[in-house]
Amino acid sequence: MSYDVTKPILVVDDYVTMLRILRNIFVQLKFTNIHECTDGVSALQELRAGDYSLIMSDWNMEPMTGIELLREVRADEKLKHIPFIMVTAESKTENVVIAKQAGVSNYIVKPFNANTLKSKLVSVVGEF
Amino acid sequence: MSDPKNGEDLARQLLDIQRKEPGSVGIEDVSLVVASIMDAARKELAGADKSVLQEILGLSDYIDGTKREIAALRPDEVKSQHLPTAADELDEIVAETADATNRIMDATEAIMGVMGDVDEKSGEIIGDASNKIFEACSFQDITGQRVTKVVKALKEIENKVDSLIEALGDEIATFKDAQPEIAAEQCVSEITDESLLEGPQLSGEAMSQDEIDKLLNG
Repeated sequence: MSYDVTKPILVVDDYVTMLRILRNIFVQLKFTNIHECTDGVSALQELRAGDYSLIMSDWNMEPMTGIELLREVRADEKLKHIPFIMVTAESKTENVVIAKQAGVSNYIVKPFNANTLKSKLVSVVGEF
Repeated sequence: MSDPKNGEDLARQLLDIQRKEPGSVGIEDVSLVVASIMDAARKELAGADKSVLQEILGLSDYIDGTKREIAALRPDEVKSQHLPTAADELDEIVAETADATNRIMDATEAIMGVMGDVDEKSGEIIGDASNKIFEACSFQDITGQRVTKVVKALKEIENKVDSLIEALGDEIATFKDAQPEIAAEQCVSEITDESLLEGPQLSGEAMSQDEIDKLLNG
């Protein structure tokens, strides 16, 4: 069974421009229920209030970073099953290792292209 | 035989410095300590020991010379003029690239809006091309993060310059007083061909096209 692109997904990035880029690429990929947050704290509130099927988050944000958001999500009984993809310019080995230890589902390094985004999405949620 | 009073004075002086700035010593304080040692040495050294005194005197002159040379580099000017200008220019780069990126995306979204009005093949071409434009627009996020790193580095340099100015004490003012012609030169902003090549102005300082037209036609 293929992934339902009408399910709500949450995109988190403190750069509004990047949110807009991601939204447009998701629209091109036929996703129809895209929600956005500009920081980790509001993202966590949004996740707890909603029923999200995917989280895509930047790492470098304030006051709560993407890795802190990931840890909060994985520690929350209601949220821990949600696939979490980190999309970040942080490309050091230790970043990837720490994200993996925290339970990240996949990791995309900026700048990326639509094909990379699609292949990572497929590897996390399956064909859509 | 050494005078115990000189030793006590020096110990007190060193203790004061330690209390004032734990972990670091200003050039001014080093000078004072060397001066105290020399003072004590003058009283106590004799004969062959005079060569030690000469060495210390040489060291003192060297420190004074270095202080004057650093003061002549005008670190106060680096802090008050060059660093803030560099930070403002970098902020302007981020703002201008963000603005340009948003305008590119506005136009691309408008093109995507008519995808449904064309045949399937043309729609696909428009979709692929639009995706490539959006991908390319992510440069703004990356450059923004890089510029933020540079601004942080400038802040660190500013802190170091602050420490340098503090360590130099009155040496900078002394240099300015001693070189009135240089200080005056810096105050007069003479227009030269070189001074007219400053590149784009910061938004608050730039003239608008309307203002230029008024100036030309006024």
